[in-house]
Amino acid sequence: MRADLELIYDWVPAGSHVLDLACGNGDLLESLARTKGVTGYGLEIDHDGINACVARGVSVIEHNLDDGLGSFCDNSYDQVIMTQALQALRRPDKMLDEMLRVAEEGIITFPNFAYWRHRIHLGLRGYMPVSKSLPHAWYDTPNIHLSTFNDFEHLCREKGLVIVDRAVGVGDHQGHWKSRLWPNLFGEIAIFRVRRR
Amino acid sequence: MPDSDTLAFADRPTGSVGLVTPHVARFDTPLALACGKVLPAYELIYETYGTLNAERSNAVLICHALSGHHHAAGYHSEEDRKPGWWEAHIGPGKAIDTNRFFVVSLNNLGGCHGSTGPVSHNPETGRQWGPEFPMVTVSDWVASQARLADHLGIERWAAAVGGSLGGMQVMQWTMTYPERVANAVVIAATPRLSAQNIAFNEVARQAIRSDPEFFEGWYAEHDAVPKRGLKLARMVGHITYLSEDAMGSKFGRDLRSDDLNFGFDVEFQVESYLRYQGDTFSTAFDANTYLLMTKALDYFDPSATQGGDFAKALAPVQCPFLIVSFTTDWRFPPSRSRELVDALTRAGKSVSYANIDSPHGHDAFLLSEPRYDAIFSAFMNRAARELNLDELGIEETS
Repeated sequence: MRADLELIYDWVPAGSHVLDLACGNGDLLESLARTKGVTGYGLEIDHDGINACVARGVSVIEHNLDDGLGSFCDNSYDQVIMTQALQALRRPDKMLDEMLRVAEEGIITFPNFAYWRHRIHLGLRGYMPVSKSLPHAWYDTPNIHLSTFNDFEHLCREKGLVIVDRAVGVGDHQGHWKSRLWPNLFGEIAIFRVRRR
Repeated sequence: MPDSDTLAFADRPTGSVGLVTPHVARFDTPLALACGKVLPAYELIYETYGTLNAERSNAVLICHALSGHHHAAGYHSEEDRKPGWWEAHIGPGKAIDTNRFFVVSLNNLGGCHGSTGPVSHNPETGRQWGPEFPMVTVSDWVASQARLADHLGIERWAAAVGGSLGGMQVMQWTMTYPERVANAVVIAATPRLSAQNIAFNEVARQAIRSDPEFFEGWYAEHDAVPKRGLKLARMVGHITYLSEDAMGSKFGRDLRSDDLNFGFDVEFQVESYLRYQGDTFSTAFDANTYLLMTKALDYFDPSATQGGDFAKALAPVQCPFLIVSFTTDWRFPPSRSRELVDALTRAGKSVSYANIDSPHGHDAFLLSEPRYDAIFSAFMNRAARELNLDELGIEETS
């Protein structure tokens, strides 16, 4: 499993009911269901991802996240998870509101644009960064709202959300001491657990 | 001599169940219907494809749509030009793989293709049932199908599968007999008709009922057939089954001849097509059956007894669902499938949903399309795996 998914796995309580936005091929939901008795649904737009979910018995619903979560009731889930999709949404701030409407707690991961390699790309070389976490060229990227650890924390403060946990992913490892100390500089993937106040 | 567009039987594409013969099951236990009447005895005509395994755990029920019947796959004779109506999805190697599954497909009660219906004789009067055949509903069909399952020794369907009105029967199965359905596939359907859907059905019924040859439904006794009404009903229906794009690309505004003749004869290709479809249908389908089946569609609403709450109605459901819609279907558009998906998620049931890009409108559910085939197969393969059907080593039937 992807490094950020492994970390999230520990944050999901056994037996909880979750909504996984942009669930991909259903890796996370399947292992949560198998080992922790977690129930819930994945939302996905990619055809191959949807097929992979159906093939392995993960409940998946074809849904464009830019259409919001209007069909899901308030407080109908224990957690809403969204990995590596925030940056591709038309309005990430509105999605955050929606996530914390349908569940009390949300887990969000996204590429940290302030990662030192990205800073070198842009600051010293003058090119838009291309990396493992941002693998696309500027002209064909689905990532239209890039942000940093600091940006996201700022948004959470504005919305009055509580940051329950924060972690970093660097390459295939997670939680390097430097990145814990200075996540905005050394964290490649930002991982947040937030709650309504 | 076969006519020129008849494919020699041996040259037909592989992946067909081949030659099939219908069976008839007779039921002498009275069936109490939702309308309050009782059918003292009845017959159901059905076909099966594949082999029932020793555990009787690999049976798949196919529920038909409005004008459908028991002949879902294969050919009745070597001269048959057209296979069953769901040949695209039933057969060796297809989504409903007959190497693995035993498929049961029937003509519903009230039908006109061999099951007891308005064209059968009423044992009490000795007359044809005609307009006196009792109104049947989706739940009546499901009750009669459950008896067919008993008759075949099938306690639990590996899957119940249906498109359009067939999808509604599948929904009903999962609510009435949740323990008897292991998986459910609902394609291009809706949990209840919209006012517009009912309106189209009413136009179709009025077309039939106002035909001078209808004789209040006793047309058979007058040696008449309300062909004009049936033809109109089918023409209206047919427009709703195709998408605007499908019609546009098939016919455009093409004329049959080069000049406009400023009259009401057939001038556009689309007019000719609709008249042909209507004519063919009017000689093959019974008017009273058409009235009954459209009414069964209109009446279907499992939420009616739950204050309009589908999630409550779906509370008994136990099995996983696959729900599929098509982007250009405007008879039961994707939003209608989504209502069912949302009700299932609210009820906390297992459900997957895909909206398939297709230009073919409602009819897309009958056709093959790579993404549709792939997700249907993925769901059925997973079902087979969970029911341990892969290890049974059923021999190929083709």
